[in-house]
Amino acid sequence: MERRWFSSALLSVVALGPCVGYAQPPEQAPDTMEARVMACAPCHGAKGEGTNNAYFPRLAGKPAGYLANQLLAFHTGRRHYPPMNYLLAYQSDDYLRKIADYFAAQRPPLPPPAIHEVSDEVLARGESIVAHGDAAAGVPACSSCHGPHLTGMEPAIPGLLGLRASYISAQLGAWRYGTRTATAPDCMQIVAGHLTEEDVKAIAAFLASRPAAPDLSPAPQGSFVLPFACGSEPQ
Amino acid sequence: MTSATASFARWRNVLSIAGLAGASMLAAFAARSEDAKSAQPDSPLVAKGEYLARAGDCIACHTAPEGKLFAGGLPMPTPFGTLYTSNITPDRETGIGTWTADQFYAMMHTGRFPDGGLLYPAMPFGSYTKVTRPDSDAIFAYLRTIPPVRQANRPHDLKFPFNNRSLILGWRTLYFNEGEYKPDPNQSAEWNRGAYLVEGLGHCAMCHTAINALGGSSESEAFQGGLIPMQNWYAPSLTSDKEAGLGDWSQKDIADLLKTGVSARGAVYGPMAEVIYNSLQYLTDADIQAMAVYLKSLAQGTPPAPATSNVPSAEGSLLVALGKTIYDDQCAVCHGAEGLGKPPNFPPLAGNQSIEMGSAVNPIRMVLNGGYPPGPAGNPMPYGMPPFAQSLSDDEVAAVVTYIRTAWGNRGAPVSARDANTLRAAPLD
Repeated sequence: MERRWFSSALLSVVALGPCVGYAQPPEQAPDTMEARVMACAPCHGAKGEGTNNAYFPRLAGKPAGYLANQLLAFHTGRRHYPPMNYLLAYQSDDYLRKIADYFAAQRPPLPPPAIHEVSDEVLARGESIVAHGDAAAGVPACSSCHGPHLTGMEPAIPGLLGLRASYISAQLGAWRYGTRTATAPDCMQIVAGHLTEEDVKAIAAFLASRPAAPDLSPAPQGSFVLPFACGSEPQ
Repeated sequence: MTSATASFARWRNVLSIAGLAGASMLAAFAARSEDAKSAQPDSPLVAKGEYLARAGDCIACHTAPEGKLFAGGLPMPTPFGTLYTSNITPDRETGIGTWTADQFYAMMHTGRFPDGGLLYPAMPFGSYTKVTRPDSDAIFAYLRTIPPVRQANRPHDLKFPFNNRSLILGWRTLYFNEGEYKPDPNQSAEWNRGAYLVEGLGHCAMCHTAINALGGSSESEAFQGGLIPMQNWYAPSLTSDKEAGLGDWSQKDIADLLKTGVSARGAVYGPMAEVIYNSLQYLTDADIQAMAVYLKSLAQGTPPAPATSNVPSAEGSLLVALGKTIYDDQCAVCHGAEGLGKPPNFPPLAGNQSIEMGSAVNPIRMVLNGGYPPGPAGNPMPYGMPPFAQSLSDDEVAAVVTYIRTAWGNRGAPVSARDANTLRAAPLD
């Protein structure tokens, strides 16, 4: 008898379940990296594809190690850009690496190449430095580290395609003046220190005019030997 | 990692500049003491000291970005000039290696160096004076175990007349009340523990009590909130339920906010993110609960001054209409058409004190700058709010902030494009 009472009580609770009106649990944020990095989207695009603003770089497809190095540098303040420093100041290294992994794995198409506004002569100068360097000035070819297709190399050498001329020249300028630095030996600072302003303009214009490579993925680690040691890219 | 995270410490440290600059000079005069010998690094005393140093958030000021732990050197801009934090490692020449536990306690308790010299009140000795002798000794024992770093303190760069330390005497007369925390026998042990942490090591009053033009704050206005100079964030009142007063918050929501930076009621942002990340995340659940009990009890029935606006009402109506369009288009995807959010990661805006409080500084800055809540162990992968400074004009920022301050029963007041424009220049570092 008692047992029967218990069963029927249980049944009625089950039957009432839907009508009792338990409050709906509040809707939850999607448990995805994409939702977590929406803070990046206004400047870099939801998938890191870049935006119309020429000074904000494309992130998608750059090697995870490179992106992590940048996020960590913004986090500590070594790389100084207050809006980025502010966003990343109180995040763990682990989380910053996850954010880097997310953008490294994205493959949105490249924007159409920029229509350059420099003379053919300047463009040719840019192409020459990118492909062959300037031995007399102590400048190695960009492609000797960033790869024959300029798509970078794992784990930490970035690709150079899909970036605007103004971003590239701003960064090369920052290396030259020492406002952007990386772990010693700081190879980019050494290289940029040998460039003239005219060189920077030519390189930036040429790189921005390049069409997309068939495969935008960075070359595997160790695909080619760097011309000199680089603190960011363990060999 | 921890050393790297001090870069934003200055945000909440308007005046909070450690004044141990004289340490290196004093080192030569200080007597060597037996009790200054290092305790065993793994002793319970040292562990307790490390915990209490976390509760006091010493690292926020005394470790520079990419600098050595507790070696100081962090620049701290103040309205009176730039101060540089001091080396508190046990280096005998440049740190506090020759100090005794007595001298350390005297510094914490009285705001004076071992030679009697005066600390700048940027070092929150007005709060640390409440720390007990045993707790001070534990912190000192812990600091003795830090690897000594030889790094001379950088002289402060204060403008005349603030470079005259004797002015501190006047400040002390007005604003400094020396004395350890006195438990209130009418309150529970838990409440008293919370009060001790909030008023003492936590030095919450440094931001949450208004700071006046003399760099002082009045005890009668304790925890009533105020704009943080130099940083242009508004530290809300902890006593008013219309601001960050927690009278109608559940114990769990307060504890969640303190420990993880997010809660069902709102998320931490701006300077408070540093406090969660470097300090509060490390406190025990019991201490967090105690702080929550005390903070909840601070809530007072008296409402603060109602939100006022310099925006004419006709203009306010136009702003609301434009603001709703922007909100529905760009904000509702996360915060919901009715402002309910998806807590804890997308905070609710309806009934959110931080949105509707008298000062509109914080909601305007959140729209302009976006931001991540801190990423402590309890919420290691927080969700970020996008910055809209690039994409919204001053008029649009004013409109959307006006909308969220007045929609869904929120009792905030409209803001103007001028308010939005002014805050575009607010420092981010």
